[in-house]
Amino acid sequence: MSKFGKKKKGMPAVNTAALPDIVFMLLFFFMVTTTMRETDLRLENPRLPNATEVKKLEHKSLVSTIYVGKAKEAKYGDSYNRIQLNDKIATADDVPAFIINERSKVSEAEVPFMTTSIKADKKSNVGTIIDIRLKLRDVNALKISYSASKGNE
Amino acid sequence: MARRENPEINAGSMADIAFLLLIFFLVTTTMNVDSGVSKKLSEKPPPDYVPPIIKEKNIFEVNINRNNELLVEGERMEIKDIKDAAIAFIDNGGGEGKVEDGVSTGPCDYCKGEKSPTSSDHPNKAVISVQSDRGTEYDTYLRVQNELIKAYSELRNRLSKERYGIPFAELEESYKDDRTNTELKKKVEDIKKSYPEIISDAEPTSSN
Repeated sequence: MSKFGKKKKGMPAVNTAALPDIVFMLLFFFMVTTTMRETDLRLENPRLPNATEVKKLEHKSLVSTIYVGKAKEAKYGDSYNRIQLNDKIATADDVPAFIINERSKVSEAEVPFMTTSIKADKKSNVGTIIDIRLKLRDVNALKISYSASKGNE
Repeated sequence: MARRENPEINAGSMADIAFLLLIFFLVTTTMNVDSGVSKKLSEKPPPDYVPPIIKEKNIFEVNINRNNELLVEGERMEIKDIKDAAIAFIDNGGGEGKVEDGVSTGPCDYCKGEKSPTSSDHPNKAVISVQSDRGTEYDTYLRVQNELIKAYSELRNRLSKERYGIPFAELEESYKDDRTNTELKKKVEDIKKSYPEIISDAEPTSSN
């Protein structure tokens, strides 16, 4: 009788007390190594060119990013020369307003250290980049960084 | 009195909560470290600005056409060769340096170039001019810029090793860690001044 009685109890529950610890560990890893995504990309993720002489961008809050690439939506055509500012597709003429808006977010003293990072697709044309650059020069945003991934050749 | 054992607290949902947080972070954050080739644009010239006349031999002309082909000083070249050509040009040291605040820098005594009279006079006079077409691919453009910057860093590294025994990259790194160190600052500025990075972008051509 007693034999049968024991069997009824079934398997003891697996101890999952360590599971939260493991997940928390993963969570902390992600919290530390990643940064918040600021904008929704309306472009296809630009394939950055490779360069060896890259410098890390410091002071994330002083960096404003301009994306150049192919738009996700078909109505913008399939060239790789679309410009995205903030959350929408724009033209080079909107760049000064964008920079001035970015400037208003930081204190006066930090304005000279602001950097504009241009994230452009490999297939973009130099003409688009130059248009942006001329506009940047108009508003005296002289520090720029051509975003590139570090690679050897 | 019989001691009752404490009932275990049910922590089964803890994992769920942690997972929820984890997934939130996975979705809202990005991992990429932003890095890029940094450049400083020149200021907008005043309307009546007359560009200074630069001797032909002090200009290293790089042309990139819309088919991503390179023309360096009138000759076709591959991207991999442009660095050595640029080094030879910058490091030539064939004449007197420019006059700064009334003080002439004199000939380049640290240059190891050929001292050819047809190439640049002094690193502080040597200008690299990159002209590209509007239709040039960005990838090619950036690779050329990268090679040119590489030429400068190679020269700076060499000089820094000679003068201070460590590569320039390390020198600059240690200065970044210790901004108040005036001795390091002097060293960094000395090297930077010896090989100033003068890469200018000419107005692009448009062939369409």
